[in-house]
Amino acid sequence: MSCCAGPIVADVSKTQALDARQITLIEDLRSNARTLPDGKVNYLLSTPAIHCGNCIATIERKLSPLPGVESVRANLSLKRVSLTLEDSAASPADAVERLIALGYEPQSISAEESGRMDPELKQLLQALAVSGFAAANVMLLSISVWNGAEGATKELFHFVSALIAIPSVAFGGLPFFRSAIGALRRRRVNMDVPISLGVTLATAMSMYESFIGGGHAYFDAAVSLLFFLLIGRTLDHMMRAKARAAAESLLRMAAKGGFVVQPDGDTLYLPLASLEPGMRIRVAAGERFPVDGTVIEGASDIDRSIVTGESAPVHLGMSDSVEAGTLNLTGPVDMLATRRAEQSFIAEVTSMMAAAENGRSTYVRIADRLARVYAPFVHIAAATTFLGWLLWTHGDVHQALTVAVAVLIITCPCALGLAVPVAQVISAGRLFQAGILMKDGSALERLATITDVAFDKTGTLTSGTPAISITTINDPVEQGIAKTLAQRSIHPASRALATYLSAVTALPVTDLHEVPGHGVEAIYKGKSVRLGRHDWVAEIANSDASHLESGPSFAIAGKPLRSMSLKETLREGAESTVATLNRRGIRTRLLSGDAPEPVRAIAEKLGIAAYFSQLKPGEKLESLRADAAAGHRTLMVGDGLNDAPALAAAHVSMAPSSAADVGRTAADMVFTRDSLQSIVFAHDVALATERVVRQNFALAIVYNIFAVPLAITGQLNPLIAAIAMSTSSIIVVANSLRLYRLKPKEKAARATVPVKTTALRASPAT
Amino acid sequence: MNMLTILIPVALGLGALGLGAFLWSLSSGQYEDLDGAANRILLDDSPKDNK
Repeated sequence: MSCCAGPIVADVSKTQALDARQITLIEDLRSNARTLPDGKVNYLLSTPAIHCGNCIATIERKLSPLPGVESVRANLSLKRVSLTLEDSAASPADAVERLIALGYEPQSISAEESGRMDPELKQLLQALAVSGFAAANVMLLSISVWNGAEGATKELFHFVSALIAIPSVAFGGLPFFRSAIGALRRRRVNMDVPISLGVTLATAMSMYESFIGGGHAYFDAAVSLLFFLLIGRTLDHMMRAKARAAAESLLRMAAKGGFVVQPDGDTLYLPLASLEPGMRIRVAAGERFPVDGTVIEGASDIDRSIVTGESAPVHLGMSDSVEAGTLNLTGPVDMLATRRAEQSFIAEVTSMMAAAENGRSTYVRIADRLARVYAPFVHIAAATTFLGWLLWTHGDVHQALTVAVAVLIITCPCALGLAVPVAQVISAGRLFQAGILMKDGSALERLATITDVAFDKTGTLTSGTPAISITTINDPVEQGIAKTLAQRSIHPASRALATYLSAVTALPVTDLHEVPGHGVEAIYKGKSVRLGRHDWVAEIANSDASHLESGPSFAIAGKPLRSMSLKETLREGAESTVATLNRRGIRTRLLSGDAPEPVRAIAEKLGIAAYFSQLKPGEKLESLRADAAAGHRTLMVGDGLNDAPALAAAHVSMAPSSAADVGRTAADMVFTRDSLQSIVFAHDVALATERVVRQNFALAIVYNIFAVPLAITGQLNPLIAAIAMSTSSIIVVANSLRLYRLKPKEKAARATVPVKTTALRASPAT
Repeated sequence: MNMLTILIPVALGLGALGLGAFLWSLSSGQYEDLDGAANRILLDDSPKDNK
């Protein structure tokens, strides 16, 4: 079975790239390693390639015989390998090398996620188990009381209930008490305040009642309330942890250091923080530039899309300047570092992003908004009841207090506490199935309220990889050679050509090599053949009559020059998505760093009303800020590093999973499917979720309308409280479950509807 | 009534036993690799034996 075997890389430039990664990886591993009490050292590696039982066996068998390895344990669920070495002197390098050779390229796990299990989830599960146990047992005892247990038996049952309920309320209620205290410290009220108050008072009053030997005990209400709420909270936490983990596993490795050329000609790998201006750094093809600098040797094409958003590679020669984070495509280059890593382009964008996040209009979650109204209402109602009964009974404090606490218990927002999290958990699960990862529950609430959508162009509306629209390579032999040459290079145009010629049989050539900054060259039947930059290819061609502008050229020595033109391919579903949004009355806008002409073409084709071209990251951010100031709620969809500040500043933001790391981190949601229809579906789900949340609130309020008068008039008994609470919770959960059946509307059906898009209103290109 | 003094502690004790078992399994990491455990039963030997 070779389902897990990965290709072993033999290419020279790639080996060098791999070495750099290995060194950074081992550095990272060392800094995150845990020393066990017996002196052994434990390393945790993330290996996304693990996917079957066989992988576990392969990894454990191949790694455990290595010298210095104490034990290896692969985890299939978390896709991790836990590696224990005999002592701190042993290096994990061998194991890492072996893993890469086996095809499981490991990645390091940051310190905060390297814990065995999410500690917060563990605590929630413990609280859930304890309160579940308590709820079941106390409820059993309560049922006997309701069935007419009297005298000593009733007292005994109340006493046993107290014994179970008090410690479990103290332990199970911790997450709520903490959150409530936190909110009160910030002089706010959230749902956890009435919850904590209700549970604590119910327990305290029942204790008092049990000890004086009479009346009603509400232990069952207190613990089952906690149990229900903990279920909601645990689900919520698990959903978010899962989405977060999935988003993190997508993170690609950015440059974490560079190869510094020493005076004696050797290269030495240094981490990012140690790179100083004036150092000579060698960057292999396929690597990202670690810091800003100028080229001092070599030539290459670089992908600057994370800076400009433009997909076409830029040719780079002597004394050209490069930004950190841009990708070196074709040849090795030596650069002279001009700025330190923390002053580099990426760092600038990151700080801009942090500022944007701080300035984001403070959104108040719907549950907290409700809590601000609801909590005072509950507390005033309880206080009024207390005073009313005090007057009515001429100073019977005990009676007045009992009724007031009953009001607090019945209004304790069990259903309200479940209304939002359950709906959002179910929606998040539905979105997760559709390949949309949500980082935060409030993102759905915010998405439901949008008035504007701002798109980035390259990589968002377009797929980011160009395609061949027309070519003059028509001869089958030329096509075959061109395909062989195109397959050699990772240049986007070459890849496009290889895809375009996928049906053609590649012809064998000799002496195939890449000429940095120019293209690919080889010998076919004694003749030189070239694919690449126009002027370089024209050197060997006998004519270049039919030259098409945008793509690379191709020629066999002595034959006419062939050329091709490139076009941007629209992302799947782009047209229908824009059309749907326009029909929903949401204003669409295009914010691009690209040249005016292609931006205009895309905007016209899709029917986007307004477009802006040649925007710098700061200008995109300004555009979003202007929206917020004007009261527009904008969804930003973008992928590049240049979009990151705008993503962070927008009311809500989405990024495709192909986005730059920073972009994915900044966005509220990440969609993993190719189609832009994900945006429409997410909007649908957001609207449906909001509708269900409102229905849930309405149900909870209806229940209060019936139950509160009973409580205020002193008619409430523990049986009614228990029934009312469970029923309302079950209804709310059942109502929310409907969200799971939400389906994306049929694409075909949408496409057949003739869509009249809004007239173009060209905005001045800034 | 006498029955209750025996039955209630027995019922609670059994429940507490279950609770304790769950908390122990949680803290000993038995829920950390649910998919792996299902696959491990099909593997031949533990890697230690091959060493």
